[in-house]
Amino acid sequence: MESIKDKVAIVGMGCTKFGESWEMSPTDLIVEAAYEAYEDAGIRPEDVQAAWFGTLWTAEAGVLLAQALKLQYKPVTRVENFCATGSDTLRNACYAVAAGVYDIVLALGMEKLKDSGYSGLPSNKLAVTNTQRDRTLTPPSAYAMMATRYFAKYGLSPEEGKKLLAQIAVKNHHNGTLSPKAHFQMEVTLEQVMNAPIIAWPLGLFDCCGVSDGAAAAIITRADMAKNFRPDPIYIKALQICVGPMEGFISTEYDYTHVEETYRCGLAAYAEAGIKNPLQEISLAQVHDCFTITELTIYEDLQFSPRGRAREDIEAGTFALNGKLPVNSDGGLKCFGHPVGATGLRQMYEDYKQLQGKAGLRQIKNPKLALTHNFGGCPGAAVISTLIVGL
Amino acid sequence: MVGITSYGAYIPLHRLSRDEICKAWGENPLGGERAVANYDEDSITMAVAASRDCIKGIDTQAIDGLYFASTTSPYKEKQATPIVAGALDLRRDIFAADFSNSLRSGTEAVRAAIDAINGNSAKSVLVCAADVRLGFPHGDKELSCGDGAGALLLGNTGVIATLEGSYTVTDEIIDVWRSDKDIFTRSWEERFGREEGYTKVVPEAVFSALKKYDLTPKDFSKAVFYAPDARTLNMAARKLGFDIKTQVQDPLYNTVGNTGTALSLMLLVAALEEAKPKDRILWVSYSDGCDVYILRVTKEIENVRDRRGIKGHLTSKRMLSSYQKYLRWREILPVEPPARPPLEQPSVPALWRDRKGGLALYGVKCKRCGTPQYPAQRVCIKCQAKDEFEDYRFADKKGVVFTFSQDNLAVAMDPPSSCAAIDFEGGGRIMCDITDRDPQEIKVGMPVEMTFRKLHYVGNFYNYWWKCQPIRC
Repeated sequence: MESIKDKVAIVGMGCTKFGESWEMSPTDLIVEAAYEAYEDAGIRPEDVQAAWFGTLWTAEAGVLLAQALKLQYKPVTRVENFCATGSDTLRNACYAVAAGVYDIVLALGMEKLKDSGYSGLPSNKLAVTNTQRDRTLTPPSAYAMMATRYFAKYGLSPEEGKKLLAQIAVKNHHNGTLSPKAHFQMEVTLEQVMNAPIIAWPLGLFDCCGVSDGAAAAIITRADMAKNFRPDPIYIKALQICVGPMEGFISTEYDYTHVEETYRCGLAAYAEAGIKNPLQEISLAQVHDCFTITELTIYEDLQFSPRGRAREDIEAGTFALNGKLPVNSDGGLKCFGHPVGATGLRQMYEDYKQLQGKAGLRQIKNPKLALTHNFGGCPGAAVISTLIVGL
Repeated sequence: MVGITSYGAYIPLHRLSRDEICKAWGENPLGGERAVANYDEDSITMAVAASRDCIKGIDTQAIDGLYFASTTSPYKEKQATPIVAGALDLRRDIFAADFSNSLRSGTEAVRAAIDAINGNSAKSVLVCAADVRLGFPHGDKELSCGDGAGALLLGNTGVIATLEGSYTVTDEIIDVWRSDKDIFTRSWEERFGREEGYTKVVPEAVFSALKKYDLTPKDFSKAVFYAPDARTLNMAARKLGFDIKTQVQDPLYNTVGNTGTALSLMLLVAALEEAKPKDRILWVSYSDGCDVYILRVTKEIENVRDRRGIKGHLTSKRMLSSYQKYLRWREILPVEPPARPPLEQPSVPALWRDRKGGLALYGVKCKRCGTPQYPAQRVCIKCQAKDEFEDYRFADKKGVVFTFSQDNLAVAMDPPSSCAAIDFEGGGRIMCDITDRDPQEIKVGMPVEMTFRKLHYVGNFYNYWWKCQPIRC
């Protein structure tokens, strides 16, 4: 097997404002993200040779993308991999370029969730079986299982546990106030987070990311052509997906205090990118904070913190914007919400802008390597993506 | 010698205080309480529970027949017995029949079972009866009805109570009924039903039985009567000459309620729990006629003392928090639809493929590495061996809560929706809902047992599966 490292580069990106975009249709979201990406890359729409379209619920096949952008009879593939859809869309587009089949391609992720009228996500289905013989739960509950077991294993009282999680929400909300495209741009206090209405204990309203609409796009080209487009292309260092065999649902060996898929995906991504010490070498990371507990376990699974000791780093501010390894510098899923197809590419947009020194008030000093991470499915049955990019 | 070889019963965990019902309607308090089936229970799930109690420790493959009796079967056209048989893991080649439409259906099924055994077409037949009858809101039956189930195993070896005799009359009267267009049970003027119905027909049948077998009331230790209420019961008992204090079985009106078709079986179970060898028991059931049985307890009764029965279930209870909850669980009141996507209809072929796994809770055990897993897999989760499995049943295994969560967002009839990862004694893990629980009591490490429940009603058919519950008793 070969590494993808330095074979392809991103030379343009676009991202809509995320939020309750009542006035924007799926087509509007697609057009806005794509045309910002075209402009950023300095290309014309007809320069795109092939496209990958990531969406979980909003559309099937590639027709909507081709119709919205009036792609002229180009190859379009719809990609879906639960919450890793956006990242896997980018990954598939990159492989086509690395294969030498295409020179300039578009990867676009979009989701229109607010047309459903529901509280929470527009699907009850977490099971793989059409007998519908499953638990009765929504995603917060599936992740709350990990919080309960984590607290029990590491001896956290309910109050200590909730406070630990709340610090993650406070951090991300602060970053969101510096993030003009975020859905939520407001500070929250520890008390607000801890006293918010409970969705699935210990997760309260502010421990859960919102439901939003959005789209994001990337233009990818071969590494040896990248400098024709711009002086500061961002090179792909690793593209990893890890899908578990639903071990957590049927095996007593899964402990519900870590995510094996994240751990192994991280290992593979670091190996592919040649990273030996993630905490030292990674400059910033956008990770999948669908819930605060998710981000907590990610710190350990991606080896930013030692197993069982994320608490020390959280309390020391290691992952704050001015910390040693800023995590979710743009406010994360917490502030952007989670239009599923778009999220992975929105995270890449933040890494891309940060590496190019264009992150405004959120700018991190001298970033070199940046990571994105997504978590599809739920603890016990996960689809994980870990992508690494750099200068 | 043919008769009863085992017994079992089931009373739902929740009880509704009659005073709560009276308060809701501005009526004077009546006292007492009635059993209320959970939202995920029906006559099939309760019949399964009573049957599991009855056949505990008994080889399920030795049962030749299954009769299910109810006036409230979930289906009007479709047999309940294959579902019950599936959950109990009985053989395929059994004679299975539903007995319906009468509060006497349970005792009618017992007669049919006895006849089958006497006629040599079966050696062992399981009879189960359950009801979830609805009374009109603000009516008398809402107060007097209760939910529950009973089960009896009939056979000709290891008999704990022999059948000494029986007598039956069939009687046409519209005293209590529910037509195919009704949801709620109706009755004609109570005096008519009592005077021309129960207190005429029951004495007619019982006197005929006593005459036939040359017996008098004093020959009986116990007289177990189905009756619609205490007043009617006492009138008939006095007419017949049975002592209400010392002989008549407590009809559980104030602790469980009138459980319809199940009541006669449940009351017999209560009597058998206290019975001694040589006791003679009169067993009477009424509705559209009357069945009379004369039973004689044998010394084998001492071998069947470990059932939960009535005693075990009676004291294991939780008071329902409000009358409104009862209305909600029985879907008597329409409520605001939740802002959540509708449930998906299950695929019938998928349910059909999953009969063994979903109804009987069979998983597999890998023959190579010994790991139990549910649902059944083709490739082992631990060693990846393909198709090297043996059947492994989880239904009767004890488990503990490895982790759990309680969902306030999910659509639930008894919020929050509690679910867990259950790790089993002997190995294996199942993800499922927790039912019949106080949310506050759930802890990591809590012991649980599996219970057969109604999961959903989508596409106009019922989807059954298992949940776990804190150990009931």
